[in-house]
Amino acid sequence: MGEFKVHRVRFFNYVPSGIRCVAYNNQSNRLAVSRTDGTVEIYNLSANYFQEKFFPGHESRATEALCWAKGQRLFSAGLNGEIIEYDLQALNIKYAVDAFGGPIWSMAISPHGSQLLVGCEDGSVKLFQITPDKIQFERNFDRQKSRILSLSWHPSGTHVAAGSIDYISVFDVKSGSAVHKMLVDRQYMSVSKRKCIIWGVAFLSDGTVISVDSAGKVQFWDSATGTLVKNHLIASADVQSIAVSDQEDSFVVGTAEGTVFHFQLVSVTSNSSEKQWVRTKPFQHHTHDVRAVAHSPTALISGGTDTHLVIRPLMEKVEVKNYDAALRKITFPHRRLISCSKKRQLLLFQFAHHLELWRLGSTVATGKNGDTLPLSKDADHLLHLKTKGPENIICSCISPCGSWIAYSTTSRFFLYRLNYEHDNISLQRVSKMPAFLRSALQILFSEDSTKLFVASNQGSLHVIRLLEGSFKHLHTFQPQSGGNLVTGQGGELSVSDVSFFFFTFKPHSLLGFPNALLYPANTHMFAPAFLVYHILFQVFEYSIPDKQYTEWSRTIQKQGFHYLWLQRDTPITHISFHPKRPMHILLHDAYMFCIIDKSLPLPNDKTLLYNPLPPTNESDVIRRRTAHAFKISKIYKPLLFMDLLDERTLVAVERPLDDIIAQLPPPIKKKKFGT
Amino acid sequence: MVFRHPVLIFITEKHGNYFAYIQMFNSRTLSKYTLLLGQEEKSVIQSFSASVDRKFISLMSLSSDGCIYETLIPIHPSDPEKNQRVVRSLLLKTVVSGNARNGVALTVLDKDHLAVLGPPLPASKECLSIWNTKFQTLQTSKELPQGTSGQLWYYGENLFMLHGKFLTVVPYKCEVSSLAGALGKLKHSQDPGPQTVPHFVNWETSQGYGLGSQNSEQSKRILRRRKIEVSVQPPASKQLLSTIKKDSEKHIEVELCKFLAIKQTPDFHTVIGDIVLELLGRHKAEPSFYPRNSLMQLIQTHVLSYSLCPGLMEVALEKADVQMLQLCLQQFPDIPESVTCACLKIFLSISDDSLQEAEINMESVSDYSDSVQEEKMEEQMEILHNGFNPEEENCDNCDRELNEKPRDAAEETTSCPVIPKRAALLNAILHSAYSEMFLLPHLKDIPAQHVTLFLQYLYFLYLKCSENATMTLPGLHPPTLNQIMDWICLLLDANFTVVVMIPEAKRLLLSLYKFVKSQICICSELNKIEVSFRELQKLSQEKNSRELYSIEVLELF
Repeated sequence: MGEFKVHRVRFFNYVPSGIRCVAYNNQSNRLAVSRTDGTVEIYNLSANYFQEKFFPGHESRATEALCWAKGQRLFSAGLNGEIIEYDLQALNIKYAVDAFGGPIWSMAISPHGSQLLVGCEDGSVKLFQITPDKIQFERNFDRQKSRILSLSWHPSGTHVAAGSIDYISVFDVKSGSAVHKMLVDRQYMSVSKRKCIIWGVAFLSDGTVISVDSAGKVQFWDSATGTLVKNHLIASADVQSIAVSDQEDSFVVGTAEGTVFHFQLVSVTSNSSEKQWVRTKPFQHHTHDVRAVAHSPTALISGGTDTHLVIRPLMEKVEVKNYDAALRKITFPHRRLISCSKKRQLLLFQFAHHLELWRLGSTVATGKNGDTLPLSKDADHLLHLKTKGPENIICSCISPCGSWIAYSTTSRFFLYRLNYEHDNISLQRVSKMPAFLRSALQILFSEDSTKLFVASNQGSLHVIRLLEGSFKHLHTFQPQSGGNLVTGQGGELSVSDVSFFFFTFKPHSLLGFPNALLYPANTHMFAPAFLVYHILFQVFEYSIPDKQYTEWSRTIQKQGFHYLWLQRDTPITHISFHPKRPMHILLHDAYMFCIIDKSLPLPNDKTLLYNPLPPTNESDVIRRRTAHAFKISKIYKPLLFMDLLDERTLVAVERPLDDIIAQLPPPIKKKKFGT
Repeated sequence: MVFRHPVLIFITEKHGNYFAYIQMFNSRTLSKYTLLLGQEEKSVIQSFSASVDRKFISLMSLSSDGCIYETLIPIHPSDPEKNQRVVRSLLLKTVVSGNARNGVALTVLDKDHLAVLGPPLPASKECLSIWNTKFQTLQTSKELPQGTSGQLWYYGENLFMLHGKFLTVVPYKCEVSSLAGALGKLKHSQDPGPQTVPHFVNWETSQGYGLGSQNSEQSKRILRRRKIEVSVQPPASKQLLSTIKKDSEKHIEVELCKFLAIKQTPDFHTVIGDIVLELLGRHKAEPSFYPRNSLMQLIQTHVLSYSLCPGLMEVALEKADVQMLQLCLQQFPDIPESVTCACLKIFLSISDDSLQEAEINMESVSDYSDSVQEEKMEEQMEILHNGFNPEEENCDNCDRELNEKPRDAAEETTSCPVIPKRAALLNAILHSAYSEMFLLPHLKDIPAQHVTLFLQYLYFLYLKCSENATMTLPGLHPPTLNQIMDWICLLLDANFTVVVMIPEAKRLLLSLYKFVKSQICICSELNKIEVSFRELQKLSQEKNSRELYSIEVLELF
């Protein structure tokens, strides 16, 4: 395959925002994650933990609670006092309702899914009725004297436990009155703290209330008598989150020290029916506060200030030992934050509220494998483009020629023209964008930079011809067969120079994959074929002029993929081609990149898929015999972006985790000795 | 009923003021009391009940706000003619719903228990609930869906009430009120609630039951207790109780064995508690009667707790019965700290001779002496300081003083300062549960030389512990390292000012001080090492993460 010059970029100063809440939906096996900047992400746990949907954040929207309701409806509530429902089809906010109780700290959906409770700053607990298209305020419960930080319904829906400061109240839902008030001991290690904050409560069907608090305690209460049954002191810092499994036989708590503890209901002695809660396993996968935990039937899910989403499978629940049994740590978004201009060797970095444009450096030297070449020119920071308003940027793109930049927030679409005069750059905003271009989920420029493709959240695709300083709307593709399709974060947008292509999530769409999740795909400029990367690590190539799969695609489907390739656990996040290398496809995920050479034979299960060491003393014959189409390298990680700049040049953007940790607030320092 | 004389109590209301009249039939006096309601001016007394002890009539009144108030009225008023004022105090809060207009009633069961009739929540049905006033807990409750008339009587361990068209009789026996029982923590306890079998008695046929004479006008009267024999306790235990009252120790023992051999009933623990109380009662009456073997046998049933038989340990303490005390310490989950401390005092002060006679369970003590020989060998081995000599740097007075008599120190640490039997007793103390706050004041009362002895023993245990890698002692149930350390800290906290003045304790304190100092030293050194390791790690990271931008050559094969 040969040598490449690789621009190894580490100056993308991206810090993901910390995770605030996670909510697991058992029916669809999906996980909703909200971050401190208000972003909400939806992961599909059955599809390799792929982040399939995303709602951009907003400066004033600090999410404090996230819940799934019946019928896959997602609600969030936050410190701006609003309850928000998300439209998972159109990928926007359906509506926001002010609860009029000040900042909302907690929310819980009733076990039957028809009622919603919020706990507010002013001590009120408000009950809302969930109607098919809205929520309707019903009544207040007895007002408490301080903010309600946690809520939990009894599985029968008759009672609710609410954690406040220094006490837990048990409400009768019918009357709305507090039946019990359970005072929590403020003392911590015999030192009286000022206040004891109940960060989380869980109400079990046998009437037990489990509370976690700022004094590091996990306590079991009997809600019938209001007495403390059991007390576990598990941390010297706050215990901030709790989640119980559906069977109520295990639960998980997360502490401010970054530890996640697993509690299980186990028999006191073998073959006795008497059971008690026992702290079974501690996990230390986080360095900072674990703000949110969730319990799926087979895994413990935790997230916190250190921005990682950790999915820890429960070994006793995993039947087959495969990659489902592996620990997963998801740090980076699966959507693309970086785009590059091949012609001018520019990189556009997308942050929450600004864009950065960098020019890559150059070298004249040459070297052999592994060498670092001396730079004749270093990389330059050309531009810092700040957005106005509180909304986060959803997507951005720079045209391959480098003279256009487009980005979008939830309510506005921006297009800029860049002019280069020697070393100076001037930026000019293209005004008077058409009314239909208000918000985009994905933006793409055609290979020759004459056309702009915008996927809007209504499911339509707009095509715009770019002229010098102006534009012309060419066409709008409306969703086929009644609006149920989604374009956007899965990257189901693909473009070629000669024809446009557009496809949907629907099972009976053109490609005919059942439940296909489709990945960003660019079409080839010269060979109008089209490539789709499937979530189950399948690769398809579709020829647009012939309107069918290509011969190569059929061969690889017939022969099947290497078993190691199919067992990988991270989704591919980007696919790229280069016009001058028609036989090559570049694809990458966070830990590796692969160049598929269509001219070489496909690997079978007996061949070595990944060989990190270069073949040294083997003859050319052996080398040729063992060569196969998948050229894999794991040198660069964590890899956020990779592309072919030209035939022999690659650009790789890495973001070392240590650099992210260095920018986070310092964690709680734990003294290891002499405590 | 005061001294078998009936008392008539009635309450009148005038313009929101309540007056209680007490008619004593023995002295034929009528006293009038004004009930001061406190803050709850608007509440209406809906029902009341009274119980009498030697000095006071305690008048419980159920107000319309749903709370129960208690008023204490002296039996022998200082000035019967004068109108006196009595204040009522809140006893239980919101036992029935505040807006329940009628159908509420209460009656006193015994000094700790109350039965209340009425709806506990505004929306719910009427309920019979039994409350423990001592611990403010709901003991049990039973729903009465057909409604009641607001009348409730308690007669010889039976509750009578109207339920719909029937007179319902619910047998209920109050247990000895213990904290463990109130919290449902009694071992093997099963709910002995009144739900068992409620009898539905037909009015017509109930004449023979001897209840026909009661009607609603008499409902507020405190009725004389009639002896109605209800066999709540199994007959075997009744029989045993009567045996205890008169028979000889030997005979009781035999009977007890027979009784214990029978299958255990759900309320076994209360029966056992009653038997123990009975035995102790007889002991109080005739001090020569001390059924030691029977008591030991009862303790070993594993169902007793301190709160079930509060007098037992006091008696054992009085008799200095160390064997029984050890057994109690091992079996009872809820011994108060004062009693634990009293046990400790006896264990420390009892003479060796009397200890030798006692049969003491020795399983917590392994033979410490057999390792002494080996020990001495090790002691003589040279300790190699790895570039760090505490004698040079940290050598202060105490070190030098200790080094002067190294032989003695070795001697002291290797032999147990107490005889094995005493050690077993002390181990029982170490194993018992306690709360630091309550234990500390009692520890201050222990004489200084005993404190020193105990400290020496604890220090010896610690040295034994630190001999092996797992930091445990040999034996079946040895005290754990944490228990030893906690007790050392507690003893020193309580008695430091005294111990520091005793010459014998000086060496011990110095060695403890030296030990703590070396621990602190180790910890600080470890922390230093940790910090330097972290710095090293940082350095290596910096080496790895070179500059932010580079162009490299990569060959794919």
